[in-house]
Amino acid sequence: MSASTTSKHARPARTSKDGVGHGRSRPHYGTHIFLTVMAVMWMVPLGWALFTALRPKADTDKYGYFSLGGAFNFDNFAQAWTQGGFPRYFMNSLIITVPTIILVLLCSSMMAFAVSRVSWKFNVTLLIMFTAGNLLPPQVLATPLFEMFKLIQLPYWFSDSGSLLNTYISVIIANTAFQIGFCTFVLSNYMKALSADLTEAALVDGAGIWRQYVSIIMPLCKPAIAALATLELIFIYNDYFWPLLFIQSGDRLPVTTAINNLQGTFLSNYNLLAAGATITVIPTLVIYLALQRQFVAGLTLGSSKG
Amino acid sequence: MSTPTELSESATPGSRAGQRTPARRPKPGRVRRLSKRDKVVLGIMVGIPTLVQLAFVWIPTLLSVLLSFTRWNGLALSDIRAAGVANYSYVFTDNPAFWPAVQHNILWLLFLAVIATPLGLLLAVLLDQQIRGSKIYQSVFFIPVMLSLALVGIIWQLFYQKDNGLLNFLLGTAGTPQAVDWFGNSSVNIWAALVAATWRHAGYVMILYLAGLKGVDASLKEAASLDGANARQTFFRIVFPAMAPINIVIVVITIIESLRAFDVVWVINKGTNGLELISALVITYLIGEGQSIGIGSAFAVILLVISLVPITIYLSRTFRKEKF
Repeated sequence: MSASTTSKHARPARTSKDGVGHGRSRPHYGTHIFLTVMAVMWMVPLGWALFTALRPKADTDKYGYFSLGGAFNFDNFAQAWTQGGFPRYFMNSLIITVPTIILVLLCSSMMAFAVSRVSWKFNVTLLIMFTAGNLLPPQVLATPLFEMFKLIQLPYWFSDSGSLLNTYISVIIANTAFQIGFCTFVLSNYMKALSADLTEAALVDGAGIWRQYVSIIMPLCKPAIAALATLELIFIYNDYFWPLLFIQSGDRLPVTTAINNLQGTFLSNYNLLAAGATITVIPTLVIYLALQRQFVAGLTLGSSKG
Repeated sequence: MSTPTELSESATPGSRAGQRTPARRPKPGRVRRLSKRDKVVLGIMVGIPTLVQLAFVWIPTLLSVLLSFTRWNGLALSDIRAAGVANYSYVFTDNPAFWPAVQHNILWLLFLAVIATPLGLLLAVLLDQQIRGSKIYQSVFFIPVMLSLALVGIIWQLFYQKDNGLLNFLLGTAGTPQAVDWFGNSSVNIWAALVAATWRHAGYVMILYLAGLKGVDASLKEAASLDGANARQTFFRIVFPAMAPINIVIVVITIIESLRAFDVVWVINKGTNGLELISALVITYLIGEGQSIGIGSAFAVILLVISLVPITIYLSRTFRKEKF
C-alpha cells in the first residue's frame, strides 16, 4: 500500500543529476549493512533467552552457557509451565484484560461521541481533562488510589481482604480509568473526521442521540475500535504496575507481574527463567503477528493529529 | 458490516441536496434540537466516563497533593496529622535517595533524547527508502515495543548476568574477577538499564516516524531536489520541519516515558543501589517497610509538577486550534 507511494517520490531523487555527486549511486549497500548489523544486535537479547531456554540445565552445567553441546528440547518450557503456575497466571491476565478493554472502549466511545458529535460548552474542557489524565505518570495517583481501595469496605464472601485491595476489580478499575483518556482522544479525532451529514440526516429522520451513536457512528468507527482494542490488549497484558501495587496474593497476579516472582522461584536455574520469560513473550508475538496492521494503526492513530 | 454502508448511502443523497460540501463539524444550533430524552441519554454518556475519570484519576491526584502536607502511616484515617511542608523539607534536604533519583531521571531523559530517539529516527528514515526487506527489519526493531518493560528487565538480566550472561562472555571476562555484574554494580547499572530501555524506545520512535514520514508531501521533496538540495539538506530543511506535529509527539513521549520509567528498575532491584528514580521512591514509601504516606506523596507531587510541563505543552499545541 505504501510501497507505491514511497517509491514514486524516491525515484526522482535517485535519478536526479544532483544525486550522483553525493555517493547516492550506492546508498543501499551501506544501508543494508547497517540495518543488518542493527537487526542482529536487536535480536540478541531475545535470541539468547530462547537459546538458553531450549537447553537442559544439565547440559549447560556440563558444557557451559556459551556452547552448542548437549540437547535442545522444550523440557524447560514444560517444566516452567507447570512449576511456575502459568495456566493460573494466564487465566488471571485474561480475567483482567477482557473486562478492561470492554469497559475502556464502551466509556471512551460514548465520551468521544458526546464531545465530537454534539456541540456544547464543555467539549474541549472535558477532552483536555481526559487526554491529560492519560499522560500523568501512574505513580502520581498510586498512593491515594491504594488507600481509597483499602478503605472501601466489602463483604468477605466477595473479597477476602475485606476491601477492594487484592481483587481483580481494583486492577480493572485502575487500568480502565487510566486508559479511557487515550481512547477518548483517539476516537474523538476519528469521529470528528466523519461527515456531519451522517447524523444530520438521521436527526431529520427522528433518530435520537443513542440511535445515532449505536447505529451510525459506532459502525463507522469499527477500524479505529479494532485498532484500539488490539493496542489496549497489549497495553493491559503488559501492565506491571497496577497488579504489583494492588494484588498481594501471588496466585491472583497476571502473568506479566507474576514473572517477576518466578525470578525467585527459578533463582538458580536460568534455563527455567529464560523459558518462563519466553512463554510470557509468546502471546504478545502471536497478537502482533495476527493483528499487526491494527496494532500499528492504533499506535499511530493517537499521534497523527498534533 | 452491511448496516453502516446502507445507512451512509441512504444518508448521503438526502443531505447532499442541501449542501454541496459536507460540513466537518456539527453546527452549534444542534443543541436546541435535542429532545429531553436525548439530553438524559447524553448526560449518561458523558456522566459515567467523567465520573470514572474524576474518581480514579483526578481526585487521587488532588489527594496526593493534600497527603503530601500530612504525616500518616496509612492505617486509620483518624491518624492523619497536618505536617506543613515538613515532608518537602525532608525530601529536599535529608532524603539520601532524592537527589540521585533526580540525577537519574535527568540522565534517563538525556539518554533517550540523545541516543534512543535519534536512533529511532535514523531507522525510520532508512526504512522509509523502501529498500528490500524493509518489512522484516521493521518487525525486528518493533518486537521489543510489544514487550512489557518488566519483561525487558528480565530478558536483559539473562544477557547482563555476571557469570552466565552473554555480555561478559563476549567481553571475555565471564568467570574471571573482572566480570561485571551489569545490573548489580551501582556504578554501571543505570547505563545497563538505559541500554535495555533504548532497545524498546527506539522501535517505538521508529514506528511513529515511519507514519510521520509517509505523511510528508512528496512534492516538497521533489521541489527541494529540483532546487539542488542534497539528501541531507532535503531531510533537515524540508522533511524534518514538515513533521512538526509528530516531532512534538515524540518530544512529549520521550519526556513522559523518562518520568514514568519504573518497571525496569523495579524488576532489577526495586529502584535502589544506583537505580533510584522518583517514580520508584513513591512506591518505596507506599509499600516499603518504612511506610510513610506523606513522604511518598511529596515525591508524587514533585513528579506531578515536572510532568505538567510536557503535558501542558502537548495539550496547548493539540487543542490550540479547537473551536466549538
